[in-house]
Amino acid sequence: MAEPASVAAESLAGSRARAARTVLGQVVLPGEELLLPEQEDAEGPGGAVERPLSLNARACSRVRVVCGPGLRRCGDRLLVTKCGRLRHKEPGSGSGGGVYWVDSQQKRYVPVKGDHVIGIVTAKSGDIFKVDVGGSEPASLSYLSFEGATKRNRPNVGDLIYGQFVVANKDMEPEMVCIDSCGRANGMGVIGQDGLLFKVTLGLIRKLLAPDCEIIQEVGKLYPLEIVFGMNGRIWVKAKTIQQTLILANILEACEHMTSDQRKQIFSRLAES
Amino acid sequence: MEEETHTDAKIRAENGTGSSPRGPGCSLRHFACEQNLLSRPDGSASFLQGDTSVLAGVYGPAEVKVSKEIFNKATLEVILRPKIGLPGVAEKSRERLIRNTCEAVVLGTLHPRTSITVVLQVVSDAGSLLACCLNAACMALVDAGVPMRALFCGVACALDSDGTLVLDPTSKQEKEARAVLTFALDSVERKLLMSSTKGLYSDTEQCLAAAQAASQHVFRFYRESLQRRYSKS
Repeated sequence: MAEPASVAAESLAGSRARAARTVLGQVVLPGEELLLPEQEDAEGPGGAVERPLSLNARACSRVRVVCGPGLRRCGDRLLVTKCGRLRHKEPGSGSGGGVYWVDSQQKRYVPVKGDHVIGIVTAKSGDIFKVDVGGSEPASLSYLSFEGATKRNRPNVGDLIYGQFVVANKDMEPEMVCIDSCGRANGMGVIGQDGLLFKVTLGLIRKLLAPDCEIIQEVGKLYPLEIVFGMNGRIWVKAKTIQQTLILANILEACEHMTSDQRKQIFSRLAES
Repeated sequence: MEEETHTDAKIRAENGTGSSPRGPGCSLRHFACEQNLLSRPDGSASFLQGDTSVLAGVYGPAEVKVSKEIFNKATLEVILRPKIGLPGVAEKSRERLIRNTCEAVVLGTLHPRTSITVVLQVVSDAGSLLACCLNAACMALVDAGVPMRALFCGVACALDSDGTLVLDPTSKQEKEARAVLTFALDSVERKLLMSSTKGLYSDTEQCLAAAQAASQHVFRFYRESLQRRYSKS
């Protein structure tokens, strides 16, 4: 029958593993397998090529590649688990094949150790606070993990907290603290009064926090403001008046869908008025 | 300040084999898909097959009640709401089929003690409803960023009394058919994930092979649709 033959011959890219290098910057779909650099030499174009077994140590030289978000190890290949663009970062120094990851657009946050997030205190229980960070369960924050913690200066239920995760894995309840490893606050702690907290997608936060992002510089030139970015998709913004705060919040939310020309137009219009 | 409410344009894909009059043979109806159209769920998608349209929303990984939590994987829940009336036994049965398909594909072990909820709303039913629900659920799961080991699609086919196979039947063709079969196939090797059949038939192999050939078109449409979405950012 012609049907099964045509099904086998016309294989979509997902059914055949491709070299990771050739797919950089392209959209990858869940289920695709990617070959790491040293493997693609071993797998010739035909697939099953006989090679003499080499007995020297050089044959086992493997490059250590880090598998980032959206990828999982599957045997000796990488399996794509999320849809997005494949990215690669070269190793800064020393050996290693660098990091591969998938840049995907997501709204839901999953706690990761070391991330700085904005949380809302929801409950006090025992000597810990329960903080809602937008994940699947509330994180716990000890009373003592603030700089200069005393019985008097503690956050209340309903306060905003900027802290980082010290424990965050799939099996345990996430724990966060508001001091760094030296015991200093370093910008973390209770976020002050007033201001506006709003939610955006995780991709927008990463874009705004990138080193060469011009959006924040342009926004800073418009009005004097205080701004806090949480990796869980939450932004807190405060300007001199409520109207300015709302304008800033709207601009940041709309940034995701605007091109840079549209953005410049809006900024110039606001700067005039 | 104007805000964009829809981030993604509707994608219109070509028919399966190109010919517009649907004669006997393998041809699928017109597809369309829109992602990220609802603001509250973590992921949402609307899938259109001809006149059948289903809207899907995914919430997760989110909090789960202690009575429903599973210690080593995510609890997957599917809720299907018909267009009119209260959900009944037929909806419960379809929910179970969709849930089994999603559980085979979603990597639940990465999010233990959480819940992933898929809510499907039937907007219009003009045949091949289960297949359309499966497609909408898959696109919504991808939009929400739930980790999956493969994509999946649903293909329905009807066998009429003289044995001819029609893919993606309309409701009239489903009523007059001798048997209606719906298959869920995965994207890696076109393996069968779920099948739901009704009626008298003898040759499953032929129907499965036709469904596998048709699933290629569906996966190609998924790929184009997702590429279009990511090309805008």
